Order: sequence, then structure tokens, then C-alpha cells
Amino acid sequence: MVEIDLNRVDEIIERYKGEEGVLIQLLLDIQSEFNWISREVIARISERMRIPKSQIYRIASFYKAMSLNPVGRHIIQVCLGTACQVRGAPKILDRTEENLKIKEGETTSDMRFSLRRVNCLGCCAMGPVVVVDGDYHGKITPAMVEEILEKYE
Amino acid sequence: MPGVRSKGDLEGLRSEILMKRDPNKPYITLCSGTACRATGSDTVAAAIQNELEKQGLTEEVGVRRTGCHGFCERGPIIVIHPEEICYLNVTPEDVPEIIIKTIKGKEIIDRLLYTDSSTGERIVHERDIPFYKYQTRLVFGDNLRIDPTDIESYIAIGGYQALTKVLHEMTPEEVLEEVKKSNLRGRGGGGFPTGRKWETTKNAPGEPKYVIVNCDEGDPGAYMDRSIMEGNPHRVLEGLTIGAYAIGSHQGFVYVRQEYPLAVTNLGIAIEQAREYGFLGDDILGSGFEFDVKVHRGAGAFVSGESSALMNAIEGKVGEPRPKYVHTSESGVWNKPSNLNNVETWANVPLIIDKGAAWFNAIGTERSKGTKIFSLVGKVNNTGLVEVPMGTALRDVIYKIGGGIPGGKRFKGVQTGGPSGGIIPEEYLDSPVDFDELTKLGSMMGSGGMIVMDEDTCIVDIARYFVDFLCDESCGKCVPCREGLKRMREILDGIVAGKGREGDIELLEEIANVMKKASLCALGTTAANPVLSTIRYFGDEYEAHIKEKRCPALVCKELISYYIEPEKCIACLRCLKSCPEGAIEGEKRVIHVIDQTKCIKCGICFEVCPPKVGAVMMISGKPVPPPVPEAERVIERRGGERR
Repeated sequence: MVEIDLNRVDEIIERYKGEEGVLIQLLLDIQSEFNWISREVIARISERMRIPKSQIYRIASFYKAMSLNPVGRHIIQVCLGTACQVRGAPKILDRTEENLKIKEGETTSDMRFSLRRVNCLGCCAMGPVVVVDGDYHGKITPAMVEEILEKYE
Repeated sequence: MPGVRSKGDLEGLRSEILMKRDPNKPYITLCSGTACRATGSDTVAAAIQNELEKQGLTEEVGVRRTGCHGFCERGPIIVIHPEEICYLNVTPEDVPEIIIKTIKGKEIIDRLLYTDSSTGERIVHERDIPFYKYQTRLVFGDNLRIDPTDIESYIAIGGYQALTKVLHEMTPEEVLEEVKKSNLRGRGGGGFPTGRKWETTKNAPGEPKYVIVNCDEGDPGAYMDRSIMEGNPHRVLEGLTIGAYAIGSHQGFVYVRQEYPLAVTNLGIAIEQAREYGFLGDDILGSGFEFDVKVHRGAGAFVSGESSALMNAIEGKVGEPRPKYVHTSESGVWNKPSNLNNVETWANVPLIIDKGAAWFNAIGTERSKGTKIFSLVGKVNNTGLVEVPMGTALRDVIYKIGGGIPGGKRFKGVQTGGPSGGIIPEEYLDSPVDFDELTKLGSMMGSGGMIVMDEDTCIVDIARYFVDFLCDESCGKCVPCREGLKRMREILDGIVAGKGREGDIELLEEIANVMKKASLCALGTTAANPVLSTIRYFGDEYEAHIKEKRCPALVCKELISYYIEPEKCIACLRCLKSCPEGAIEGEKRVIHVIDQTKCIKCGICFEVCPPKVGAVMMISGKPVPPPVPEAERVIERRGGERR
């Protein structure tokens, strides 16, 4: 599991102190730095920013970009935008789920992969698209899934 | 750096920039929008840099990384100036040849040009390629001409001229009047007249007033707003500042999705540069007008694109809609009058000021003026962003510009308007595309997504897909939307799984009508459109699923079976080895058979069976034929050929 350095969290909090309506922006910064938002982080923000924990949980659980669970070493995004959908993306997601033996939104028990379904990455010409750690793999077929995943240890 | 304080200053700066440029100096523009970056534009850029250094040409040849050119199907795209030679699908391996042959030797490399598939003719210039030729790129065209991270390249093509004109020559009332006369309508979905919206905020009591750019763009399959924001952010900022002046606002917000990192970056750079040059801040262009902009990153919630929800999000709250007894244009962010328009709408504003409302009115149809950018995606040859005058026929967009359907398949329908829209069948392909026509057809303009579907697309599955999407995205605040979507999803899940019942269609319609009448925001009131429009035009597909347990497009997993035709099988072991479940039985020279009890219908066997053999087939609505008797499974070869 990724340990979160609370000193680093404090630095991020400092950027926003005293401003109004910044909770979402603050949580986004933390999410992009650590890939998830832990219980300790929420307690820390609550204490420093004087915002009730319940309010922070409400935001962090509402928005899709924020995760309350730790994520694996590699993040797989399977695009299920409409263009990818009509080009067969559901089969790609099925294949990935079967291969990793997890469902979308979950992480493998060895913390190797987290699997997410996303609604349109805006590179519809390449559909169906799978993105692993920011590498785009386009025009994927079910038979290619295993080969792609093997590249990431 | 220069604070621009008057019209003269701007003109001076512009001629200075142009003078610094040598019109004969060769330069390379490279498309670097998100889609091209995904197909390797970054490595091409590195290769260009590398090769120029190797050839000692870094001084002689300019390189400009532009925003999206729109022809994403063929990216990365490079254009070599001044000849404007356009190369498509460029890879890093092509770069040395391009530099040596085309830049140094002035020789065109045929294989990298666009080839017309019908005539075989090779096309040198981007503008002559059919994909571009039939477009009218008023808003999007400048993407090709500027480097979005360099304000001077925007000024060079006449940028900030409109703002200067507004601040020094027009009163706020005159600006408002011009925009009203232009009949510009909102490009983000509803098509509300922009001028009237501005007027409401302008006249609403309460200070301060806010102006906001909506770059939430949640519609799956639509990415024009992102491409404008990435490729031409100053155009949006200029439009926004003009609007702020007309309305009397001094604070703007840009709400942009976190999922668009390049747009966030380029916008940030643009705001910094605009401040530095005096187009934002106190006393803009020496006019005394004061205005600045803050960026708010959206955190991924489709409903947050709805105006009142978006304003909640800007306040740092959960992005859920509010009841709109009072419009956000009167009471929005922190209960102050707030005018929200979408990216493309704002980007049209400088154009209207520059060229006048009369010019704008001459483009488009009676009630929809100007152009619209569509993202043409799905089962179409030329995927990309397409800008055409309002009123262009769907057929022209899909066939003339889009190049038709790949693989000789039959067109089935085109989905417009995203999850709030509908699917338009072939018989209406000649309809002109504008706000009112699309609504009449049971769909809508939405933000301009256009997803083409062919005979292999299952319409019921697509309806289920949109309902499923909206089910996830519904905030749950009002009952009709929250519960209605869930019940619709249950029914549709049943239909695609072969458990559809008599009366399901009527029940879907009934739920849809309740949602339409009783939901809190536009997400709920339009959520049933994909279902209603598909029932209206493709009722027979629903019937086939419900009554015959058959999926005509062979998509719905529960309703299809994979089967190997014994007459065609060449026993090559390909499918057998690839089957992840070991469900295929056979050996070399023994016809392969799928064990239906083990098959998980992943379709890999279908995919790997060589096209010229084509032995694996899908069956729906009828039983799978019994396996061939053991005795007949051995293949006898004659001269290496099957039978």
C-alpha cells in the first residue's frame, strides 16, 4: 500500500489556506499526487482547514476523480465512451476483468493493477482504447488484452 | 513585456510580430492535441528536433506545435510551410526523410500524402482533402495556425482585435445588442439565445456578477470543447472578456474537467500571458475596465455540467443541481447573477464582434445561425472534428466529410446529443442539422457528438448503455430520475439478456414520461430520450429481443452463440489455442468444435479465425446445430487445399 506523507499533504493544504470554495481543488491535488485519499488525510484536512470530516467525505465520495481506496501499481483505464462502445469496448472490459479476476473499480490482491472504466477519453479515432499508466493502446481487440497487460509488472 | 494599452499599441505589436517572421522561412507545424499525442505526436516532435540538430537546421527551420487539426483518424499530422504540404500518420521513422527530402530538397514524399480511396489521387494540401474541403472552419480553423502556448501567434492572426474594438469603440449596451442581433445560440446543449441570457444577468440585481466558461464536456464521444481549449485558449478568453464587459462583470471562472490535463495547462499559460500583455487584470488595454479569471478543475461528475450544479461545484460543494425557480443567470455562484456559456459559444463571440452580426446571420438556417463543430466518431471512416454551417445535411457530414461507413457495412443510425439525445435512422439522413430539426426528430443538438452506427450495432444495447451511464451519473437528489433510471436499466438489462417480457416497451415509455415531467434538472428530463427515440425508430429490434430472443446485430452476449461451421473449418488450431477457457476441442486435421457449456462468448475465436476461412460464426434466435459426428471430423486434404 502507498504510504501517504502527511508533511507533503500539509504543503498542499498551505496552497489553499484562507481561500473560499477550494476543497475540491485541494482534494484533486492530493488525489493526483498520491492516487488516493486516505482516512488520515481527511482527518488532517479537516483539522487544518476547519472543515467537518463529513463534508470532506461527501465531496470525496461524490466525484469520480477521487478515490477513497488505495490503488495498484498500474492503473488501467478502459474507455467506454459511446464511440468505443459501438466499436466493441464492452468485450475489452469483459476480457480484462476475466484476465485479472477483478471487476471494474477494483484492485488486484497483489496490488499490481487497478481497473477503471472511463466514459470517453476523447481519442475516439483510436477506439476501442485502453490506457495503462498514461500509455495509450488503440484499436484493441479482446485477443490483445493479455499481451498488453504482460508489459506491466 | 509590453502592456498593450490601445488599439495603436496592438496594431504596432502585431506588425512587429509579423516583421520578425520571414514568410519564406520553412517551418513545420505538428498537431499536438490529445488524440495526436496518444498516437505518438510527442515522439515525432522529439524526432524532428533531433533531426534538425543533426542536419544543423535548427536556426533555418521553425517548429510549431499546434492544437488539434481535427482529422484525428490520420494523426499525427504535420504541415510544412510555406508550401503547406500535409503529411498524415507520421511516425518518428518518417522524420529524417521528411527533413532531408522535403525541407532540404523541396521534394514531396508521396506515401505520406492523403490518397483519395476512390480515385487513387494523392492530395498535397490539407485544405483539398475531402475531410476539410467540405467544412467551414470559422471557429476551429485557427487551431492550425497558432501555437496555443504563445500569445503572439494569436495576436499575429488578429487576436484581441475584437476586444480592443469593444473596449475603445463600443458601449456595453452596443456589444449586447450586437450579440443579440447575431442570434447566436448556446452551443452546449439547450440552444438558448446567448444575447438574451447575457441581458438577464446584466439586468439582474446584485453585485458582483460572474461570467463562466463551461468546459465540463461530459458527453461521451464529444471532444470539440477540449480541442478548442487546448488549441486556441485565447479565443475563449477574449470572448469571455467581451461578455464580461457587456454584462458588467469583473470576475470570470473557467470550469474545466480534470480529465483534460492539456486543456488545463494551456489555459493556465494563456491566462498568465493575457495578464502580462494587458488583456486581463486592472485597466485592460488602458480602458479602465477590470476583469480577471480563475480556473476551477472539475472532478468528474457528468451532472456537474448542468448550470446550477456547476455553480455549486465552483463554490467547492458537491456538484448537484438546485431547483431552478430562479435561473442561475439571476442567482448563481454565491447567489449572485452568473452567466454561463459553453466553450464553443464564447469562441464565437470575437468573430461576431470582428465581422458583425449581419455577417454571422448570413450563415446557417432561419433559426440556427453560424457553424457548429461536431465530433464525428464511431463506425465512420474519417473520425474527427468537423465544423459545418448549421443546416448541413447529415448525409453530407457522414458521407462527404466522414467518408462513409468502413468495411462496406450498412449505415444504421447516427446518435446525436449525447446521453440526452437520440438515434436518427437512415430515412432522415437528408435532414438539415440544426437545433430545431434535431429536436423534431426526437434527438437534440447537445454539445455536438455524432456517433455513427452500422448494422453491427445493437440499438437496444446502445439504449441500455446510455441508461446505464446516466444511472451512474444521476446525483440521486430527485426521485423520478434516480428511481426511473434504475427501473429502466433493470428492464433493459432483462431485454438484452433474453428475459424481456410482453409489455416491457410500454412500461419503458410510461417511466420515460414521468421522468420527463417530474425530474429536477435537464439530466432527468432528457434521460429517457435515447430510449424513446430508439423505440420510435427501431421498435422491431426491441421486438426481436423480446419475442424471438434474437439480437439482430449479434451483439447481446446472452442471445448469441459461437459456432464453427464444419464445412469451412481448416483445423488450423488458431481458435483452439487462443480460447481462454479451453472450450474448443479438436486437433490438427480434425474439425474444431466449441463446447457450448464452457464457452464464455468472449469472441476471441471469431477474431482469430483467418478472414478468408471465416469458419467461426455467431448464431442468434435459433439453436446451435449439433456437433459433427466423430467419424466425419477428420479432414482429408487434397493438394494442401480443403476438400
